[in-house]
Amino acid sequence: MKPAPFVHHAPRTVEEAVAVLGEVGHDGKVLAGGQSLIPVLNMRLATPAHLVDINAVAGLDTVEVRGGAVRVGALARQRRVERSEEVAAALPLLCEALTFVAHPVIRNRGTCVGSLAHADAAAELPAVLALTGGVVEVVGPGGRREFPVADFFRGALETALAPDELAVAARFPLLPPGTGTVFTESARRHGDYALAGVAAAVSIQDGVVSSARASFVSVTDVPLVLDVTEAVRGQEAPLARWDGAADLVHDVVDPESDIHASAGYRRALVTELARRAFADAASRAVKEGDSAA
Amino acid sequence: MLPDTTGGGRVEVTVHVNGVPHSATVEPRRLLSDFLRHDLGLTGTHVGCEHGVCGACTVLVDGEPMRSCLMFAVSAQHHQVTTVEGLAGADGGLGPEQRAFVECHGLQCGFCTPGFLTTVTAFLRDNPQPSAEEAREAISGNLCRCTGYQNIVRSVLRAAEIRAGRAADCAGPPAGQPTAPPAGEAVG
Ligand SMILES: Cc1cc2nc3c(=O)[nH]c(=O)nc-3n(C[C@H](O)[C@H](O)[C@H](O)COP(=O)(O)OP(=O)(O)OC[C@H]3O[C@@H](n4cnc5c(N)ncnc54)[C@H](O)[C@@H]3O)c2cc1C
Ligand code: FES
Ligand code: FES
Repeated sequence: MKPAPFVHHAPRTVEEAVAVLGEVGHDGKVLAGGQSLIPVLNMRLATPAHLVDINAVAGLDTVEVRGGAVRVGALARQRRVERSEEVAAALPLLCEALTFVAHPVIRNRGTCVGSLAHADAAAELPAVLALTGGVVEVVGPGGRREFPVADFFRGALETALAPDELAVAARFPLLPPGTGTVFTESARRHGDYALAGVAAAVSIQDGVVSSARASFVSVTDVPLVLDVTEAVRGQEAPLARWDGAADLVHDVVDPESDIHASAGYRRALVTELARRAFADAASRAVKEGDSAA
Repeated sequence: MLPDTTGGGRVEVTVHVNGVPHSATVEPRRLLSDFLRHDLGLTGTHVGCEHGVCGACTVLVDGEPMRSCLMFAVSAQHHQVTTVEGLAGADGGLGPEQRAFVECHGLQCGFCTPGFLTTVTAFLRDNPQPSAEEAREAISGNLCRCTGYQNIVRSVLRAAEIRAGRAADCAGPPAGQPTAPPAGEAVG
């Protein structure tokens, strides 16, 4: 099918974009990479009267590591961030998660910020933003403001963004030294939305686990961070037993059944994925400690 | 004044396709795939699903593969688009990827082929000597309902050889694949 007719706006600056969004209100949608929005338009699940195409807005295609965070502008394509050596060195979790987002061809056009704004419970990047304690930078008629991740995601496909606000960037804070991270997921086919996924971060100090946390994909409505440190505190990193941590994961997630998998299957799957992710993240933390020493 | 590029009506769009500027007056909702096929008559780009899943519509935009069903023609203005029609060799004959697909039976009905060819062309430019595993991953976003993919993986590896000027053939299984079914598995 084809999209319903719309008026196409091509602002050149953030101010122009926000002005147009303010005038068209609820009848308008931001068009970034279009890799989520255009399928929705093609299937006529949405018929906005105005599209505010931000692809010509100057200054939004930035990818930088500074101030203790990876900062990606609203036009930074997923593939570019994934391939950035600077990002890979600073926050390998982000690059690893991106390899699970759709296919490379989709990532050539899709943006990181668009993925956050779309807020699909099956998307990888919201889980990474949550685990790193990130921030979404927004510009609206009242000027610039920032949403900490806990305030940004409101529900499945729902964020705190008002119709006249543009997300201009997201910041993913770097994790402390001595931290190992893993992103892993299980999908019917590589590149499909995951049945379940886990982002895990384990920190070690003097050889023992000092912190272990995880966030999840496809098993919670909004990205949630679970701290399992108490279940492993004081254990030696490479030998730590993660059963107690896995039990906590089992109890906290709240998956739904659909045609791809039952809720029970997703719960079992994410529990096992988390157990492995914690163990692998601990190994990576040990390795990181060794190479830093 | 609103920076409205369309006034809600039709717009003149110019896109460089295979090195030649093409213009047409279209609605802003015109997908790049339909612009290529219906407005420019370049029907080599195929359309399967129109939601990004099948890969048949993949074209190169400034050299990078993208879904033409998930882009509007207005968004392709001022960009260089390469379709399967633009993949011919310098002499006007088949390009290396096209030759490899012919040699290795990388197509049957051919519906999926333009999307594979554009995707593989960009992949081999970035990774001229891929392993079978890398070749498999490179085509994982393209669906083929005929071939079963084995010959497409062979075609990708063969195209790499042709590009490198190496003579070989596409007989035998792709490197890294078992040559016989695992013991105990029924055959036929
Ligand atoms: C076949 C296929 C498979 C996919 N698989 C996955 C997957 O496994 N995991 C995954 O995470 N994603 C997947 N995606 C989605 C893809 O990652 C999208 O690129 C991403 O979700 C949206 O980014 P975009 O830039 O394309 O945004 P768009 O499609 O342009 O926009 C998406 C939504 O966000 C809003 N928006 C975008 N940018 C802004 C902004 N700066 N400010 C305010 N609002 C904004 C838009 O108005 C729209 O509502 C898949 C897509 C396809 C086609
Ligand atoms: S037609 Fe574009 S991906 Fe299927
Ligand atoms: S050759 Fe028929 S779909 Fe691939």
